[in-house]
Amino acid sequence: MVACNELTLRSRWRPVNKEEIEKIAHLARLGVSEQERDAYTEDLSRILGLAQQMNAVVTDGVEPMTHPDEAALRWRADVVTLEADRDRLMALAPQARHGLYLVPKVVD
Amino acid sequence: MTLTITKLAEGLARGQYSSGELVDDVLRRIQAHPELNAFITLDEEGARTSAKVADAARAGGRNEPLLGLPIAHKDIFCTAGLKTTCGSRMLADFVAPYDATVVRKLAAAGCITVGKTNMDEFAMGSSNETSFFGPVHNPWDKDRVPGGSSGGSAAAVAARLVPAATGTDTGGSIRQPAALCGITGLKPSYGRVSRYGMIAFASSLDQAGPMAQTAEDCALLLTAMAGFDEMDATALAAPVPDYRAGLGNDLKDLRIGVVKEFFGEGLESAVADAMHEALREYERLGARLVDVNLPNSAHALPCYYVLAPAEASSNLARYDGVRYGYRAPDYSDLEDMYKQTRTQGFGAEVKRRIMVGTYVLSAGYYDAYYLKAQKLRRLIAGDFTRAFQHCDVIAGPTAPSIAFALGMKNDDPVAMYLNDIYTIPVNLAGLPAMSLPAGFVSGAPVGLQLIGQYLDEARLLNVAHKFQEATDWHARVPVGF
Repeated sequence: MVACNELTLRSRWRPVNKEEIEKIAHLARLGVSEQERDAYTEDLSRILGLAQQMNAVVTDGVEPMTHPDEAALRWRADVVTLEADRDRLMALAPQARHGLYLVPKVVD
Repeated sequence: MTLTITKLAEGLARGQYSSGELVDDVLRRIQAHPELNAFITLDEEGARTSAKVADAARAGGRNEPLLGLPIAHKDIFCTAGLKTTCGSRMLADFVAPYDATVVRKLAAAGCITVGKTNMDEFAMGSSNETSFFGPVHNPWDKDRVPGGSSGGSAAAVAARLVPAATGTDTGGSIRQPAALCGITGLKPSYGRVSRYGMIAFASSLDQAGPMAQTAEDCALLLTAMAGFDEMDATALAAPVPDYRAGLGNDLKDLRIGVVKEFFGEGLESAVADAMHEALREYERLGARLVDVNLPNSAHALPCYYVLAPAEASSNLARYDGVRYGYRAPDYSDLEDMYKQTRTQGFGAEVKRRIMVGTYVLSAGYYDAYYLKAQKLRRLIAGDFTRAFQHCDVIAGPTAPSIAFALGMKNDDPVAMYLNDIYTIPVNLAGLPAMSLPAGFVSGAPVGLQLIGQYLDEARLLNVAHKFQEATDWHARVPVGF
């Protein structure tokens, strides 16, 4: 498993830059403070450095594999089979009223 | 009571003790060992009630093998009316409105849920140090990790707090803690066990499985857990055999594949020695060792650490403070509510993986990372198919080292990921695999991994069982338990 020893991993760092970290954090709806941004930049660079090792393998013409059992998605008849107990499920919400989930106003 | 499920079932059938007494004993043992931090939630009342029901059912003539047996569920399985936290602040107060299929099936088979075990947050980890509820300690050495992410289940079974527990395995999370804690764990073929009600981490990799003292116990539990489920679009329709039926089959002429790449650099030499001794035991049992290659397995780790975070970033997008789970106390607008909720609700490793996943799926990077990883996945799966032309099962180390000290691998995320090098290829291929106790190194347990062909769990369990008839590693209990 030579490809996985620590020395090899460190020498394949591809730094991710801070702008990318901010963009990614926004897409993921995660807040990243100044200090955290540096830590994330380093951590993501290491992890993506690991991912770079995939380039050692030629995969031209190989079909992507999404899932171990390649069976087609199962279909079923379009009939109601499950009655959802709305009140019981909405009781889980942090804020709910009159059958509606409450969130900060979006539209003025 | 440190007996196996199988032995306890015999005792219950003979009337030696009642389920009520068993449950009392289990609860007493759990409460006597809070230092392991193996449990997040205990359901004393529910367990005692279920025990009464089971004892009454037995008096009324019912006698299924799992009737009245206490077990624990990894806190990733929804249990109706009981908190299901997934080891996270995000779900710290979440009470599931329904039972996971695994929970429902085991209860229908007679099992009694005593509580929910601690785990790495959202199943992301190999040491059970990322849980919001604190780390789990290895009962063999409390300064060491139990492995993860099913660390609580592994520690609870190893310490004989419960005779068995459920776990989940996405990159090794049943097998690796089983190895580090000296117990037996099985990850079934992908699709063999329903994922309905099992909080999703990486949907094409996740699988539920039993963790117990022996292969025989795992066989009993798997028979109850496995099967088609309407509610899981990826569940297989293949019939479920009685997995105990072939346990005693002779191993004469069994071809055991030994993977060259799994015995290379990175494997601690004392662990390698224990593996070779275990393989010699198999030769004494009549098996033949065959060298096989998995040439792309060296790239399984990068492949997994692209695919799993990508799937996780999608699965964890649902945690937004709207319909269930944590919501941040203060926020300015909707966007800020999402951001504060997710930043506060998730721990560092989870956020790291969400970030990696989001990155590899984003425009401009999708082809280079995600698509590339999916192609590599096919090559890795193909290696196994070719290897199985020359052998019946594959055997090797489950983990590259024994349990490491708490806090030791927390500086570099990639150093932690290296714990999974032998387990990850199996999840990528969707194959079944087990870890069974195979010795000790410096007083710490070592596990042997067995990998089987798709839907060949019966053979795996047989191969493991014969080893456990000839050895007693699985019967060892840590001092003080």
